[in-house]
Order: sequence, then structure tokens, then C-alpha cells
Amino acid sequence: MRQELTAAGLGLCSCHVCGLLSRLDKVDGPAHCPRCHTRVHSRKPNSVGYCWALLIAAYILYVPANLLPIMETGTLFNYREDTIMSGVLHLWKTGFWGIAAIIFVASIVVPLFKMLALTLLLFSVQRRSTLWPVQRARLYRWIELVGRWSMLDIYVVTLLAALVHIRSLATVKAGAGAIAFGAVVVLSMVAAMNFDPRLIWDPLRKGYKL
Amino acid sequence: MSYQTKPLIACRECDLLLREIPISPNGVACCRCCGAPLYRSTPDSLNRTLVFSLTAATLFIIANVYPILGIEIQGTSNATNLYGAVRSLWNQEMRIISCLVFVTTILAPALELTMMIYLLLPIRLRWIPPGITLILRILQSIKPWGMIEVFMLGVLVALVKLLDSATIIPGVAFWSFGGLTLLFSAIAVSFDPRDVWAHLDSKPVEEVAV
Repeated sequence: MRQELTAAGLGLCSCHVCGLLSRLDKVDGPAHCPRCHTRVHSRKPNSVGYCWALLIAAYILYVPANLLPIMETGTLFNYREDTIMSGVLHLWKTGFWGIAAIIFVASIVVPLFKMLALTLLLFSVQRRSTLWPVQRARLYRWIELVGRWSMLDIYVVTLLAALVHIRSLATVKAGAGAIAFGAVVVLSMVAAMNFDPRLIWDPLRKGYKL
Repeated sequence: MSYQTKPLIACRECDLLLREIPISPNGVACCRCCGAPLYRSTPDSLNRTLVFSLTAATLFIIANVYPILGIEIQGTSNATNLYGAVRSLWNQEMRIISCLVFVTTILAPALELTMMIYLLLPIRLRWIPPGITLILRILQSIKPWGMIEVFMLGVLVALVKLLDSATIIPGVAFWSFGGLTLLFSAIAVSFDPRDVWAHLDSKPVEEVAV
């Protein structure tokens, strides 16, 4: 156990908008920051519950996001539908190794690792684990940083769909997989925002029980 | 000020109580427990951010008016700007994705820049605009949704994908988005809402009341 003083341990609370530290008085109704009047709370309310709900929704949509076609390409000679993975494989086979690697990382590795990492964080917080807090805190920062890059594929499809409709020579359309994939990215971003990293540290400190 | 009278702050990520210490210019103060960045000291940060925001706003208008990429296949050509790309997705019945792209590449960055200028230009001219609290709160919540840098990578990937089969002409907006990517990260690094609060705290109370 560490002997460090925390804001919550002393009945203080920092405002998430302006950062001012104020005393959480035991009054009825929500507390407000004296400087900017934002509603303040010691920990994000019900963050584990919200985070689980959003994460499970993201897991469910991850299935159609990977199985349904994300892009439909039609030319005079052929028509093909690509899921994320088949698109990456096609790029790899046609010699675009760099792009294949970028899309593979942004659309497959990042969302999957992000969801698994959030699951790990939620489990460890619920079990009040005291193992590796620094590493878990770093993991959370990493999740917040990289999540947005998964939008890459959506933008590529958007641009291709807008550019490539040259009469009947060639057309590109976004597929239904794009909707599911966009939802996975947004849901997992909101889930990460709802997670409160302070919960990682609470079990390590004396004098404060959530 | 002696160490004992330095203001107390709480780490946003682990809730540890810390005393603010002066740091060298362009330095970042990190939490000694979890390593999360607490605050940075950018010299003249509000003026710098204002300059970056005004430049970014100009580039943003250019980036939305002119075409990003032009394509030429066998004599027929086509070009699209950002809004055109959003519209063509809308017309393909991919309304949700179209909205997602609109929000992350047009609406959120535009709001962020407008609010920055609304906040910082009056402060530069020595008066306090109404609704500062609300503006700072909105700024904080829309920040993760502006994804110009991811979009820029998307443009590059789309460009390389098409290079094989068509002639690609990068438009004016292509270069503008490149500049915007840099400017948005410059804004993110130089702007710290703490400086706005510090500025407001140094004013008499009547002026601050909103």
C-alpha cells in the first residue's frame, strides 16, 4: 500500500474542465465547481457500467464489420466486393505492401487490441487488482491515442467512392461493412472516454474506498 | 512563494495530490506516480494558439473550397473536394458514414477553430467574451472528434492506391490539408485551458462573471 494523499482521500475533487481543486461538501444534489460551475464528481459516475455496455456493443458490431464488404469496386471487366481483410490481402498481392501494412494495422490490429485492452482494464479494475498499475495507466493512454486512427479505412473508401465514378468505366461504392466498422470505431472511442483511469489506482491507496 | 503555499492540484489520471512547481519554458510537468502529463509551460501560449488558429482557419476554408484530388482515366476526368465526397456518400445511401465523415473532418475542426478564435481574440484585445465556461467545456469534448490528421493519411493512401490505374492530380486542398495537420497539432501542443483560467483569475471578479 502506498501512503500517498489523493484528492478523493481528503474529500477533495478536481474539476475535469478547469482543473480547480474544490471540497466536495456533503450536500444533497450534484456538486458544482466554484470557478466554472461544471458538475464535478470524484470519479466518473458509473464508468465501469457504461464502458462495458459500449464495449460489448463494439464487440458485437466487430463481426459484421469484418464479414460484410466495406468496398464495392466495379469496372468494365469485373466486379469485386472487399471486406477489410480481403482488401488488405488484395493490396498485398498487387504489390502495395506499404499501404497493405498501414491499413492492416489501422483497421484490424488497432481496433482489436483496443477492445482487448479495454476488456483487460475493466476486469482488473473490477477485481480491484493491484498489479502493474503504471503499465495499465500507460495502456489506457495508448488506447486514447491510437483509437482515432482506425477511421483511416472509412476515409479511404469515402475518397475513392467520390473520385472513381467515371461514366461506366469504373465505380467504387461503400459497402454495408463500412457502417458497422464506423460504429465499432465510434463505440470503442466513447467506451474509452467513459473509462476512469483513476479506478486503476484506487485499490493501491489507503483511506479511500469507492 | 514558498513550496508550502504553491497551489495544490490533483492528477487527472490517478488523483494524486501534488503541488504545482515552476517548470522550464516548453517543458511538461508529469505526475510522479502514474507519469500522466499534468501541465506544460508554453511561453505566450494564448497568443501563439491564436496565431495558429487564425492561420488554420484560413487554410481550412481553402481546404474545403478547392478539390483535394483530381483523377483522369482515358480522357475523362473527375475531381472532388471534401464536401463533394461527403455528398456522394450521402447519395449512395451511406448516410450514417456520410454524417460520420462530415462530423469528424468538417464540423468538429470548424467548431474547434471558431471557438478558439472566439475565446482568444477578445482575450488578446483585453476583454472577456461571454460564455467562456461553456466554450471551454465544448472545446474539451469535441477535441477527440476532429480527425484531420487521420483524414490526411487517408488521402495519401487513396492517392497511392489510384496511382497505378489513373493519373492523379493533387489539388490545392491537398496541400492545405497537409498544412492543417501540422497546425492542428501545433494548437494541441500550445493551448492549455489552464492558461485561460490563470488569465481570468488575475482579473477582478466582476469582469469574469458570465
